[in-house]
Amino acid sequence: MLPAFSVIFLTTLIGVGQGLFLALYTGQVYSLAKLLPAQDSLSFYAIGSFVALGFLAGGLLASFFHLGHPERAWRAASQWRTSWLSREVIVLPIFMSLVALYGLVHYVGWTTPMFTISGTLPVDFTLLVGFIASVAAFALFICTAMIYAGVRFVHEWHTWLTVANYLLIGLASGFMLAAAFSAYSSVPLVGFFGIWAVVFTLIALITRVTSLIRNRTLRHKFNLKSAIGVRHSNIQQKAQGFMGESFNTREFFHHKSEGVVRTIRYLFLLLVFLVPVVLIISSYLMQSTNLPIVAFLVQYLGLMLERWYFFAEANHPQNLYYQTKS
Amino acid sequence: MTQLALVIDLNVCVGCHACVTSCKEWNTSGWAGPMPDQRPYDADPCGVFFNRVQTYEIGEYPNTETLHFPKSCLHCEDPPCVPVCPTGASYKREDNGVVLVDYDKCIGCKYCSWACPYGAREFDEKNKVMKKCTLCIDRITDMSLPESERKPACVLACPTSARIFGDVHDPDSEASRAIREQGGYQLQPEWGTEPANHYLPRRRTLMHIHRDELIRADNPLKKEEVELPSDQETIDDIAW
Repeated sequence: MLPAFSVIFLTTLIGVGQGLFLALYTGQVYSLAKLLPAQDSLSFYAIGSFVALGFLAGGLLASFFHLGHPERAWRAASQWRTSWLSREVIVLPIFMSLVALYGLVHYVGWTTPMFTISGTLPVDFTLLVGFIASVAAFALFICTAMIYAGVRFVHEWHTWLTVANYLLIGLASGFMLAAAFSAYSSVPLVGFFGIWAVVFTLIALITRVTSLIRNRTLRHKFNLKSAIGVRHSNIQQKAQGFMGESFNTREFFHHKSEGVVRTIRYLFLLLVFLVPVVLIISSYLMQSTNLPIVAFLVQYLGLMLERWYFFAEANHPQNLYYQTKS
Repeated sequence: MTQLALVIDLNVCVGCHACVTSCKEWNTSGWAGPMPDQRPYDADPCGVFFNRVQTYEIGEYPNTETLHFPKSCLHCEDPPCVPVCPTGASYKREDNGVVLVDYDKCIGCKYCSWACPYGAREFDEKNKVMKKCTLCIDRITDMSLPESERKPACVLACPTSARIFGDVHDPDSEASRAIREQGGYQLQPEWGTEPANHYLPRRRTLMHIHRDELIRADNPLKKEEVELPSDQETIDDIAW
């Protein structure tokens, strides 16, 4: 498939936004259980939520560049019964509103407990909103990934590993940003977020490499024989019906050499998984505040390559009909 | 229920592209148009077509066979492109089973083209919407046309009558009969999309002629050259 930059930015940016929000909320829940020091509502949770919102808005903006008619995008909410794309279109704004609300409530400081569960767990408004938003974050991961995993004709995508990768990579990059954000605003949670970022990155490494191995050994069940209905082991296309280009020759192939694709695969494995983990560990050893920020930036750069490769790797059965110009 | 479709006889198709040009001519100015081109008279031309004729070579020289393969939307009975559309712009007509795009609802996300294993949809770069074969819906449903012309443009244009148009759910239609009697098949049946369009296979016509059938034993001009298996005279056209 042809990697579209709008979709690369959309999926990576909202992944970071979702992950960052989940990281912030995890921090809040941990501090509630007195496992972490409580943080300032305004300078940490509110600003953090707005940063997450910024990433989500950036992703949403990027998605409009993918559409031929962005002014009709509202129509895309109508087919939620059958279309994962439609479901994503609904869940993304809901999640964004919830994150905005979460940030706003922290911003105005409505953090007095409304009631207490079994005398030990004080529940305030932010905890409730955050919980609903977390559910929405996971739902959004599933919707985004199922857009691809649901296309049964693209074997490389049609697997649960696609969902696992989107979820884990989103969490990893979000927690990485949370560590960077903590380091930047001198909040003593760099270690906490950093450890989780490393854990998610390493689990994501396992699922991503598993999907790479799976796709390498994949045997496509489609072939030219059934595509044109002729039982012969030696069929060559002599003409695809036109001598120039068409939508079919552009949209379904990455138009890069094997070498470029291979290079990008090695680069993203390095930048998404190896380098950030090394950077986070060295930031912990050196007590550096800059390295987590570098780690996030490197991982995000790698993520764009990872998403590019995700599209480039996918082989669509329609390509069977477009092998030979003339 | 009616399911209109094409049955394409690959045994008859000569690959003349008349269906391609008549399709573009009719549809670019009709309900489904326009079908814009980019750089039509320049290097690297590009444009929207609902129908393409491809050519395949089967086997290795000298034992080869050329197959001309017209390819358009197959109007699947279970079209995978329809449920994925987020806006409902892609739909299958209830009354005749034709799969269509409502250009006023299409947002141009191209997701439907990903969900079509046949590559039947083409994106209109100028109008930014997805386009596809409509089976000439504006012709076949136009009751002001005489019935003989209520057919897709490609069917009317085909000089060898390689394209049969009809209701494949009606067992007595010409299309259904052709599928049944001449081994009509579907493309990529393994996906379970149930394409309504069918293809009739290439059929080799074989004739067995025995050597002595080539020689008229009682040909008066060749009479001396023929060795008769017996001394008897022949009376008339009897081959030994």
